[in-house]
Amino acid sequence: MGSVDPIRTVEAVWRIESAKVIATVARMTGDLGLAEESAQDAFVLALESWPAEGVPANPGGWLTTTAKRKAIDQLRRQGVYEEKLRELALRPPPGPEPELLTLIFTACHPEVAVEGRLALTLRLLGGLTTAEIARAFLVPEPTVGQRVYRAKTALRKVPIELPPAEELPARLASVLEVIYLIFNEGYAATSGESWTRTDLCFEALRLARVLAALMPASSEAAGLQALLEIQSSRLAARVGPGGEPVLLADQDRSRWDRLLIRRGLEALARAESTGVLGPYGLQAAIAAVHARALTFADTDWARMADLYRLLAHVAPSPIVELNRAVAVGMAEGPEAGLAILDGLPLTGNPHLAAVRGDLLERAGRAEEARAAFREAAGLTRNAREKALYERRANPGSS
Amino acid sequence: MRYLITLTRTAQPETPPPAELMSAIMRLGQEATEAGALVDQSGLRGLAAEVEVVGGKLTVSDGPFAEAKELISYAVYEVRDEAEAVEWANRFMKLHREMWPGWEGVSRVYPLMTF
Repeated sequence: MGSVDPIRTVEAVWRIESAKVIATVARMTGDLGLAEESAQDAFVLALESWPAEGVPANPGGWLTTTAKRKAIDQLRRQGVYEEKLRELALRPPPGPEPELLTLIFTACHPEVAVEGRLALTLRLLGGLTTAEIARAFLVPEPTVGQRVYRAKTALRKVPIELPPAEELPARLASVLEVIYLIFNEGYAATSGESWTRTDLCFEALRLARVLAALMPASSEAAGLQALLEIQSSRLAARVGPGGEPVLLADQDRSRWDRLLIRRGLEALARAESTGVLGPYGLQAAIAAVHARALTFADTDWARMADLYRLLAHVAPSPIVELNRAVAVGMAEGPEAGLAILDGLPLTGNPHLAAVRGDLLERAGRAEEARAAFREAAGLTRNAREKALYERRANPGSS
Repeated sequence: MRYLITLTRTAQPETPPPAELMSAIMRLGQEATEAGALVDQSGLRGLAAEVEVVGGKLTVSDGPFAEAKELISYAVYEVRDEAEAVEWANRFMKLHREMWPGWEGVSRVYPLMTF
């Protein structure tokens, strides 16, 4: 029996508290870069002193107080402390809203380019290092460093506060989008071989949980949480033993994570009870139709088709139409699905060709189906997808 | 990574659980939820029955049980590593130590398999 390594304890406390520490100092000084540096300084001090003196009774409070002091020291050294105090005195005092929420909205500010928002959110809210973010997004480290630098520069002219009521819907949309993009970055390319990709999914799910807990009255925050809980429940089942993708229809549903499904359905119920479902809530409702079906054949396709029709209404896009064609094709027959595909502006999209191939095959139009799968195989840049489409273009030849 | 954290009482003082402990536990639960870490929890309503196999013999007993060491509650945490799960258990037990003199117990942290 050994005791827990004190350094690991400090690191764990840091991961739990760092975003709140940065948020508090950022609100106090109005300077995000200074807040991050001061928080880092406090962490280094904790690493030096806690292992010998023990973890303080209120570790989060200790880190915050120390970081505030470091920030003031820094301002004094730059000779701008008095000026800063005057400037702060003119500003309205911080409201009662949680600092962490303010930090989330600031990191996802529309003044910052989208890649910058992703990097800054992972860094400030997730505590990821620049190197970890670079590995996760498969880009060079200096690229991430530049994105963070530009993001912080763009944020210098932005007050660190919650958006006013009239801006809230648009600003919230940006926050939801950032979390969703982080998740998709991990989900889209998950191949089982790269641990950082699954970590991205987990971090996005965690952020969605944080946001939903901090904004209990927001239907879309609950909707995004529901969507990510349910999507995450399938992470293990959607990759085969050789790393190949396993389609929803073929997944072993006993490997779906029941705890995450239950949490997803609960969050969806919260989203429904706090307002009319928005784009994320509707996508969660669609994911829930799959989650509730014991087998692929049990899927309630009529409900799915209805939900896609609503989604196409609130968030129209050709991809939504493509998915609606699949659902309608299952609910009402392949010809009805094919009718939706006609005229979709998705020329050159391999998934459109594959969906058409599938519908044609089920309509008994074998020759046209094979041609569609050949087209899909020629269009995709994903090797595993290409193999799948080629098999379907040449049935019986494997 | 997912962890099951159980709470077992080993010594019960005469005094009832202080109200401030209960509200502190609620606050900690809220904090852990807002950190996106606490994903499931429940208190146990006591022990209903034991179904036991000993020496090839199956016995069912339905109490009442006079257990000194009683499982009180469990929580499921989803966190980035083991140290974080231990830190949440640590905070939970600190509250008991500070607010309920004479109470003794143990929190156990089990990594859960996920597939």
